[in-house]
Amino acid sequence: MTAVLEVTGVVKRFGGFTALSEVSISVGAGERLGIIGPNGSGKTTLMNVIAGRIRPDAGGVRFEGRDIGALPAWRRARIGIARSFQIPLPFGSMSVLDNLRVPLEQGGEADPPGRAAALLEDFGLFPRAAARAGDLSQVELRKLELARAVAGNPRLLISDEAMAGLSGSEIDEVLELLLRLNARGIAVVMIEHMMRAIMRFSGRVVCIEAGRIIAEGPPDAVVADPGVRRAYLGA
Amino acid sequence: MRSWVRFAAGGLVVLLLAALAARWLANDYLFFAAFVVLQFVVLATAWNILGGYGGYVNFGTGAFVATGAYAAVALQKLADLPLPLLVLAGTAAGAVLGSALGLLTLRLRGIYFAIATLAITIILETVVLNWDYVGGARGITLDRPHEDPFFGTYNRMLVVLMAGMAVVAVGIARWVGVSAFGRALSAIRDSEDAAEACGVPTLRRKVQAATLSGAMMGAAGAPLPLYLSFVDHTAAFGLNYAVSAMAMPMIGGTGHWIGPVIGAVLLGTAQQAVTVTISSEVNVLITGLLLIGFVVAAPRGILGWLGR
Repeated sequence: MTAVLEVTGVVKRFGGFTALSEVSISVGAGERLGIIGPNGSGKTTLMNVIAGRIRPDAGGVRFEGRDIGALPAWRRARIGIARSFQIPLPFGSMSVLDNLRVPLEQGGEADPPGRAAALLEDFGLFPRAAARAGDLSQVELRKLELARAVAGNPRLLISDEAMAGLSGSEIDEVLELLLRLNARGIAVVMIEHMMRAIMRFSGRVVCIEAGRIIAEGPPDAVVADPGVRRAYLGA
Repeated sequence: MRSWVRFAAGGLVVLLLAALAARWLANDYLFFAAFVVLQFVVLATAWNILGGYGGYVNFGTGAFVATGAYAAVALQKLADLPLPLLVLAGTAAGAVLGSALGLLTLRLRGIYFAIATLAITIILETVVLNWDYVGGARGITLDRPHEDPFFGTYNRMLVVLMAGMAVVAVGIARWVGVSAFGRALSAIRDSEDAAEACGVPTLRRKVQAATLSGAMMGAAGAPLPLYLSFVDHTAAFGLNYAVSAMAMPMIGGTGHWIGPVIGAVLLGTAQQAVTVTISSEVNVLITGLLLIGFVVAAPRGILGWLGR
């Protein structure tokens, strides 16, 4: 499997606190990678480094073989790195349809309204196209986040706790969506506390604790790892 | 496309009415009031591009008006340039200040940005106070024509010019509102992080919006010293510019190009009426009270109230 993303030796400090120390991961094209770890272990910081929202103090990020360390977040979005946010960040005053027009227009799409409508249909949000995004329910917001993230035809999607705050059946809905997106060839990195989702979704799991990777491998093996159980599952 | 034809036709009607009134209407005070209201249409519309669409509150409208005004004053004194070039110079000077303001958004957001824009006003006012060439603290009287071959007086011609600027400004704001550029600005207002993740070059768009907004404000400031034939720092940097340019879009509604126009016409006319019937001090009070009233009772302005 060729790597779509390679992170090598990333270090990030906030003042005296080391959020990430020498973290290296790689994501294969079309892979489903789950990332677990206790709160504050550095998962979101790592995703912010990948997406270009924060600059690491050391280490490198390569996307499809290209060094993207110097690229700002918007450039990374345009070359194919998409993300959804832990707390949904809709363009709340805009219509659901216009939320999707933004990434489509930035990506140079020929027919943004038409493509946006097709995406909404695909994500089951079409009946809500004219609604203000700020008026959506939690699960609708999660779907909108994902639709907006993949509007620019990314090769990598970072899903940051997309299941947080959802009910059981809603979790299944979002999980189905992520699996469908992956089936279209988008590599998905899923940060999640919901172990049921991680186990069902991931082909490989990485566990981060205190800014370091403490285990990596097939889901069953990582969950059974004594270090992981101690750090994350509290057993 | 058809809606643009209608808009252009409406703009032409406004201009024609202004020109006809300038030729045949007798009351000179009405022209002064019209100049002020039209100038506010430009300023409120310009403010709304950065403040309404982009969500960056600019308290420095006075600095931009003064930049346009003093660019015109300096060039008129230096080279006695014709009016169109003076307006162009005011526009350019406003654009330069606007792009500097746009760069501030790299580090400052929300209330901190707003405070910085206020600081810019104070800094520039200090510069003008100490710049003797343009009159310093004393102010400067401008030598300009009093007659106009077509409209009778020079001032009436300036009112028609300001009407033209208002139509152009509103047309620009209307375009921004329906363009990808405008949607990118609205995305920035709602969530800068999400906008960036959608591929919006946020800093570039903010600098462009601030430059455009500043250019329009500078343009509106350039005819001011010519109209008054005298200008000093209190006239150019007046707090009323900052407060009104912000209050008008908020009262009218910030989400749509017509909002600032409604706000400017209503508030601007009310201010003029109060100035004549009560006093010029009370008119600022009226603005303040109306702004508070709207922020509390109708935060989305008259348009929000009407359900648009």
